[in-house]
Amino acid sequence: MVACQRRGLDQNYRRAGRAATPLSELNLENIRNLSIVAHVDHGKSTLSDRVLELTGAVDARDMREQYLDSMDIERERGITIKAQNVRVRWKGHTIHLIDTPGHVDFGYEVSRSLAACEGVVLLIDAAQGIEAQTLTNAYQALEHDLEIVAVLNKIDLPAADPDRYAAEIEKVLGLPADEILRISAKTGAGVADLLDAICERIPPPRGDAAAPLQGLIFDSYYDQYRGVVSAVRVMHGRLVSGERLRFMQAGRTHDVEEIGIRTPASVPVAELGPGEVGYLIAGIKDVGEARSGETVTSAARPAAAALEGYKDPKPMVFCGLYPVEGDDFSNLREALEKLRLNDASVTYEPETSGALGFGFRCGFLGLLHMEIVRERLEREFDLSLIATAPSVEYRAHLTDGSVVEVHNPSEMPEPQKLESIEEPYLQATILTPTEYTGTLMELCQARRGEMVRMEYLSPERLELVYRIPLAEVVMDFFDALKSRTKGYASLDYEPAGWDQADLVKIDVLLNGVPVDAFSAIAHRSAAQEYGRRMTERLRSLIPRQLFDVPIQAAIGGRIIARETVKAKRKDVLAKCYGGDITRKRKLLEKQKEGKKRMKNIGRVEVPQEAFIQALRLEE
Amino acid sequence: MLDQPDGATLVDMSPVDPMAPTEPFGVYVHVPFCTSRCDYCAFATWTDRFHLVNDYLDACVIDAARSLDGAPLATSVFFGGGTPSLLEPDQLAKVLAAVRHADGAEVTVECNPETVDATKLAGYRAAGVTRLSFGVQSMVPAVLASLGRHHDPAAVASAVDAAGRAGFDGEQLGYNVDLIFGAAGESPADWEETLLAVLALDPPPHHVSGYGLTVEPGTPLAHEPDRHPDPDDQADKYLLADQMLSAAGLSWYEISNWARPGAECRHNQLYWDQGEYIGIGCSAHSHRVDAESGSARRWWNVRTPDRYIRLAKSGQRPSAAGEDINPQARLVESLQLALRTRAGVPESSLPGWDEDPVLPELVTPAGSGRLVLTTNGRLLANEVAIRLVPAPCDSVENEVENLRLSS
Ligand SMILES: Nc1nc2c(ncn2[C@@H]2O[C@H](COP(=O)(O)OP(=O)(O)OP(=O)(O)O)[C@@H](O)[C@H]2O)c(=O)[nH]1
Ligand SMILES: C[S@@+](CC[C@H](N)C(=O)[O-])C[C@H]1O[C@@H](n2cnc3c(N)ncnc32)[C@H](O)[C@@H]1O
Ligand code: SF4
Ligand SMILES: [Mg+2]
Repeated sequence: MVACQRRGLDQNYRRAGRAATPLSELNLENIRNLSIVAHVDHGKSTLSDRVLELTGAVDARDMREQYLDSMDIERERGITIKAQNVRVRWKGHTIHLIDTPGHVDFGYEVSRSLAACEGVVLLIDAAQGIEAQTLTNAYQALEHDLEIVAVLNKIDLPAADPDRYAAEIEKVLGLPADEILRISAKTGAGVADLLDAICERIPPPRGDAAAPLQGLIFDSYYDQYRGVVSAVRVMHGRLVSGERLRFMQAGRTHDVEEIGIRTPASVPVAELGPGEVGYLIAGIKDVGEARSGETVTSAARPAAAALEGYKDPKPMVFCGLYPVEGDDFSNLREALEKLRLNDASVTYEPETSGALGFGFRCGFLGLLHMEIVRERLEREFDLSLIATAPSVEYRAHLTDGSVVEVHNPSEMPEPQKLESIEEPYLQATILTPTEYTGTLMELCQARRGEMVRMEYLSPERLELVYRIPLAEVVMDFFDALKSRTKGYASLDYEPAGWDQADLVKIDVLLNGVPVDAFSAIAHRSAAQEYGRRMTERLRSLIPRQLFDVPIQAAIGGRIIARETVKAKRKDVLAKCYGGDITRKRKLLEKQKEGKKRMKNIGRVEVPQEAFIQALRLEE
Repeated sequence: MLDQPDGATLVDMSPVDPMAPTEPFGVYVHVPFCTSRCDYCAFATWTDRFHLVNDYLDACVIDAARSLDGAPLATSVFFGGGTPSLLEPDQLAKVLAAVRHADGAEVTVECNPETVDATKLAGYRAAGVTRLSFGVQSMVPAVLASLGRHHDPAAVASAVDAAGRAGFDGEQLGYNVDLIFGAAGESPADWEETLLAVLALDPPPHHVSGYGLTVEPGTPLAHEPDRHPDPDDQADKYLLADQMLSAAGLSWYEISNWARPGAECRHNQLYWDQGEYIGIGCSAHSHRVDAESGSARRWWNVRTPDRYIRLAKSGQRPSAAGEDINPQARLVESLQLALRTRAGVPESSLPGWDEDPVLPELVTPAGSGRLVLTTNGRLLANEVAIRLVPAPCDSVENEVENLRLSS
């Protein structure tokens, strides 16, 4: 990651010479600040491409798809993970555009971006219509009192039905159908009209250039060479190069090393005035001192108050990450430290597992986030990791009245000390074609969901709102939802408090010895199933030993599932291969080596691979 | 040949009488030709190089002359394959003549049953062959088909009959039967039938090798998991074989080998005793000990007959690679090899074995401080082998000392 962002920067500086358009004395009236928001894959980044092209920000020969998705992992997966801002010029206007991620795990990136804008372009796939995040995005924009420019995208698709979905948007979101633009971000059709509409309909920022500086930091990342680079939106006053700044929340001062704008090349400028968006480098080494939501002001002439910041997103899903090679523990620590510089939403704390050794309990915004962080750690830091099963955070109320946070099954207090346990809930919004209503209600019920609301958005589209335990969604809810609806239903959710539940800790024992890596917290009704699956899986993964190995799942002392790995009876090289004794000795050496690398659980030898496989999420 | 109490089998220390070669020395000759390729077989053998046979045998003669120069007389010669029985007696005789061997040497030829008749076997006998080894594998037609073999039980019977008529019918002049258990579709009853049929052969074998079918990497069988043997089934079959062969007077003496007393294969025993041997032919292995340093060297020849011919005929050494084995490694190896045999290993190489939760089921004391594998232990020999600890280093010093004295 460090490397790939670095590459992006280099490229930008190289290009700066040619693309430089020194922007001084911008007239507030001519500035437009907006975010492109949409459900996953509705075409935000592709639209950004067309805008970059059409405004001449990027040369045709430098163009590539989803230009702003610069991380390797974004390009490989074809999704946006991090919001990106860029400044373009259009018919005398300066437009700051932010391409945002669509995936629910990165929803906080959207809300941050909105704080820097006066309007949004709400994209809706003309072949899909409104989906779950479309609603969330629209509501967020309304909450921030932003102008919404609704746009049906992908009208080039044969399945596109813009008339139908324009009517739907009008009915559901109250945006007049005749004001909804129709474009193809792929072919570019309608994009120029969209830019015109942006200039016409989105209001210019308001701000007082003479007032003390108030700048909102809405994103920060760490660059190996430049330190922390922040995206900043100036609300009032002027942000001037060389000035001493006060970071109001952190309570620290730093001198501006460089300010500039992204065109998308990084172009240094002398100052940024009200309404302007740009980047700020102030020799900061710790992203924690330039958090998103931070207000910067002038140290010499500070503003009276900070802007309203935003709360850091709280991790929702936790898992243990352990190096496959025990020696890699300190490398893993270093990697997490570095990664956190660019992704403050990851949390980590050292933990020890009897089975897996030393590792970290890490918190993530969701499963996709977890998967991406793990992949980045492995790729960018050359580590090989074992991840324990994802779990959520529980609150254990003890008989003595105290409350304990449980991030890990092994932290679960003894049953006799336990008064009650609470688990986190979500409010999940599902949008689905009406024909799948039955199967989805069944699914939600099976996952302990309680219906909050059910509403027909149109004769064909239904909105289902459930209150549902996060733990149920973490498992494989999304996959189940997609497979039950041929992919047509969409899901969005937000935290919805805590509730008491009948939760139990399931232990898994090998030859009578509990293995912490395999224990889990589950609802009592799902415990049996977990125990059965885990014991079965382990039976197929644990190599036969010289004695029978019972594998048991237990709640407290009660066995709920049991399998046995039968003792192995044969392990001998049949032939001596004539005089080829070398080969024979090598085979034995290998076997001996393999034995050394095994983990001993009591008398049972378990290969690393068995842990990895057993903990792998089900497809 | 002495079995040292510490488990290393060492070169005899008594003064060498040049006229009476008491020191075993083996020569292996590889014959890399087969009429068809069995899909479980990983040996160096070819089905499309018959045009090379004479050149190849010439190369073997040249190689033998060079590499056996100064070596002791062979006490055992083993023609292995491939299918050595594709050679006519005169072809075989020519190579055997180039391998200087002692009077009374054991000379074995591996034979595929369908390739021999009484004339050929009589010719082998006349050339000096003392022992035949038939690749019988099974006596059940369906199992033979499953293994991809081209003979039937009747071919075995007639090959054995021919062997008997050529004089291979006793303890000293006799024949071995190779069997494979665990082929896809082989029932326990099929295996029992095979064993019964082999024991009923006339004349009876003086030696039986029973191999669990092994999935060798790179073979067609390796890519067909459905046909892979089940280890539990193989364990049952091994136990049955041991029981039936013992009852018939063939005693176990190495993991996969049973023999009438006195009919043990001297050549194979040489491998297990860490003895010295020279391999002639492509892919053949050699092993020589350097009495001076106590180390040994093992090397192996190039794999293809083409390259072997080219190198041997141009006077070059046909070896492909090799390794030096230091005294410590030799000690480890000697224990691993001895463990497989009825000689067993010294108790000191499995310290605390009687306290171990499983070892007492796998090894048992065999007198004079040695431990030998139990029947179940033989099936888990690898597990025991990786627990072996060579005696502490000072005994290695001793050995080196002994070797010096003996040279
Ligand atoms: N046919 C057609 N395909 C489009 C159009 N716009 C985008 N796409 C395709 O839709 C897919 C998703 O496009 P992106 O631009 O990556 O979507 P996104 O909204 O940025 O996705 P996230 O960042 O992951 O939320 C890509 O395969 C695009 O090529 C369009 O107008 N027409
Ligand atoms: C060197 S092979 C060749 C002998 C001869 N060509 C034949 O196949 O009859 C000697 C013996 O090894 C055994 N063998 C070969 N491949 C084997 C395998 N993959 N698994 C078990 N035994 C094998 C067979 O019993 C065979 O008879
Ligand atoms: S098993 Fe024997 S006959 Fe079959 S290919 Fe191998 S050497 Fe040839
Ligand atoms: Mg995108």
